[in-house]
Amino acid sequence: MKHDIILAGVGGQGILSIAYLLDHAAIARGLRFKQAEVHGMAQRGGAVYSHMRISDSPILSDLIPEGHADMILSVEPLEVQRYLNYLRPGGVVISNNEPVKNISDYPDEAKVDAALMALPRAILVDAAGIASAAKMSKAQNMVMVGAATPFLPFEWQEFEPFVQRLFGAKGDHVVKANMTVLEAGWRVGAFAKALLDAGVSSAVVGRFLARVEPMTLDPATAGAFAGVLALPGTWAFLDGEGARVACDPGLLKSLSA
Amino acid sequence: MAERELLLGDEAVALGAIHAGISGAYGYPGTPSTELFEFVQGCAEAEGIHAVWSANEKVAYEEALGMSFAGKRSIISMKHVGLNVAADAFVNSGVTGVHGGLVLCVADDPGMHSSQNEQDSRYYAKFALVPCLEPADQQEAYDMARGAFDLSEQTHLPVVMRIVTRLAHSRADVVTGSRCPQNALNPTAETFNFTLLPTNARILYQRLTEKQPDLLARSECSPWNTLTDGPDHSRGVIVNGIAWNYLAEAFEGKIPFPVLKVCQYPAPVAKIRALLEMVDELVVIEEGYPFLEEMIRGVTGVHGKRIRGKLDGTVPRCGEMTPTVVAKAMGLAVQEGLAPSLEVVPNRPPTLCPGCAHGDAFLIIRQALAPWGDVRMFADIGCYTLGFYPPFNAIHSCVDMGASVSMAAGAAHAGMHPVVAAIGDSTFGHSGMTGLMTAIRENVPMTLVILDNGTVAMTGTQKTMCTGEDLVNIVKGLGVDPDHLKIIEPHRARAAEQAEILRAEFDYRGTSVVIARRPCVQLKRKGG
Repeated sequence: MKHDIILAGVGGQGILSIAYLLDHAAIARGLRFKQAEVHGMAQRGGAVYSHMRISDSPILSDLIPEGHADMILSVEPLEVQRYLNYLRPGGVVISNNEPVKNISDYPDEAKVDAALMALPRAILVDAAGIASAAKMSKAQNMVMVGAATPFLPFEWQEFEPFVQRLFGAKGDHVVKANMTVLEAGWRVGAFAKALLDAGVSSAVVGRFLARVEPMTLDPATAGAFAGVLALPGTWAFLDGEGARVACDPGLLKSLSA
Repeated sequence: MAERELLLGDEAVALGAIHAGISGAYGYPGTPSTELFEFVQGCAEAEGIHAVWSANEKVAYEEALGMSFAGKRSIISMKHVGLNVAADAFVNSGVTGVHGGLVLCVADDPGMHSSQNEQDSRYYAKFALVPCLEPADQQEAYDMARGAFDLSEQTHLPVVMRIVTRLAHSRADVVTGSRCPQNALNPTAETFNFTLLPTNARILYQRLTEKQPDLLARSECSPWNTLTDGPDHSRGVIVNGIAWNYLAEAFEGKIPFPVLKVCQYPAPVAKIRALLEMVDELVVIEEGYPFLEEMIRGVTGVHGKRIRGKLDGTVPRCGEMTPTVVAKAMGLAVQEGLAPSLEVVPNRPPTLCPGCAHGDAFLIIRQALAPWGDVRMFADIGCYTLGFYPPFNAIHSCVDMGASVSMAAGAAHAGMHPVVAAIGDSTFGHSGMTGLMTAIRENVPMTLVILDNGTVAMTGTQKTMCTGEDLVNIVKGLGVDPDHLKIIEPHRARAAEQAEILRAEFDYRGTSVVIARRPCVQLKRKGG
């Protein structure tokens, strides 16, 4: 078993905290890991990345060979593009859809999103929306940890002691709020994974996720939803709703009808 | 009692040193070495270890040499270009030798992630005729650091540990061992050794050269230099340090060729010869310069053997090694990843933080210089080097610590006017003061702007030693005319008024200093 992950983002987005959680969860499970990170000048708002390798056997290189990463986990949508050469065929991209526009030539947002949706296995996560709904707008990185978890050998609950270590000094409510957004991320990731595994395209998964309330996603029902997403009336119905809808049995019933 | 700990390569060296019983840690911040010192600093009080940042790498090295003189062990850490600063002390410490164990951990930066060059510190160890260890992973970093102090005390020489960015800043689990007590205070009786008058130095240098066969013998039988056979003798491979990991990764752990992994220097020549005799051609894959390759190839090459590596283009000469680079060099098929799915992917270079005082200072300096047109500004090493990028386009040089000051003086000698230099408070303390003192002696017409943000910002807000009123007093003490020492708190809202102050000094035909004092936003965030 091995999981090679490229973590990507912009300096200051907390990718070292993501790495911290994954490292410690791996060690707690008795797994081996190596994690090469970027310090120094790039941390000042530049493109930053980390090579993270988790395995049940000893790991040789600190760096992932090109074409071998199982996942690109990005806290910023444009940043994914820099590391696609590392992704193996069949690998997954999980990205926050919230852009960081600290450069003057940032491309059109819709094009950035569309370029991700065009990839074979990509999940675009509204981490900003999820984090701000929990009044934790800085916790977008925690949402992304949750979204990645269904693809990794961890349960989302396993991160709690390490979230406690990172944020415990700021109070229990901060720890709790971080775990809440991490769970929401997990719901999105697990539901999307089930849809992708059922053969639904990245673009359709993204379109559906944008229409539903993340905390109402029940991954166990994803298979049932995969069936109705191809129905002609589905998008007319979802787009007709003004706000995000609850992804519950009621919705499934409405879409099936 | 063995324990598993999650450690960066930097931290693994630090913990190895702590467990070897160091009494002192010395250094100056510099990526990728900074975390080594900071790890020791974090437990310095509990462990009874002296760990305070030094003004520069040379000071750090000399402090450590003093601790060695007193019989105790210490570690010095710096980035590769820092060793250029400490080189005088370092090279001469090979001649003096050491008393208490002394280990220099120098972090090279192949690929220049955060540096001006890719210089390879193995040359320094060879230059100073001292042993060098080069770990391939975090576990070796810990184990070698522990062992390096024994090696130092056995050979009475400083020992270099060369690490690279990818080890320094990569985290893995490390099995740690027991700890040694610190050495007792035991000043050397051999003070002759430390007094490099020519009459003494001739004897001591002779002794240093006489130690070389012993150092070579240690390398030949070192467990860190391993020659592993393989079934296919058409080719052999030599790798150093972390390049071993990439080679092993490229062959998924099953390398078909004989391989020599070199991690202790002087280079084990008998093992190199043994490998050469086994194979038809040799590929040398080095993280760093073609150090071993040049040595093996020599002037005439090796008769009947093809030597491949960086010198014949088999391995790229510039940039760092990666598993993919090594796989290609070995002629393996490489798995392609995906192409970008967006037509144009713009670069995202690092930028000054929102609210950074340097941005305002650049704006004001540019405004003050406007009457003279396109004036070039000498700058230095720090966050403010980012003033090179738009929207500032404010700086026109960045060479080495303190170069802004002395280069400005030289340009003024040549007749340029106005001449402006910008330097941070910590870089000024590191290597800017002497340049300013020199300029003031002949009242060179130039203006030095000291950007005093109260911290060593780029490397993570370490403590600076000349900020605020201390900095003012240092500048006054160096002899600048008090009428031409100005202090401003740079703010874009007051740009017009502050640009006036600067313009008058730029116009002045003598040495002037403007201190632009405003705290770093990162420092404020951390409550400093």
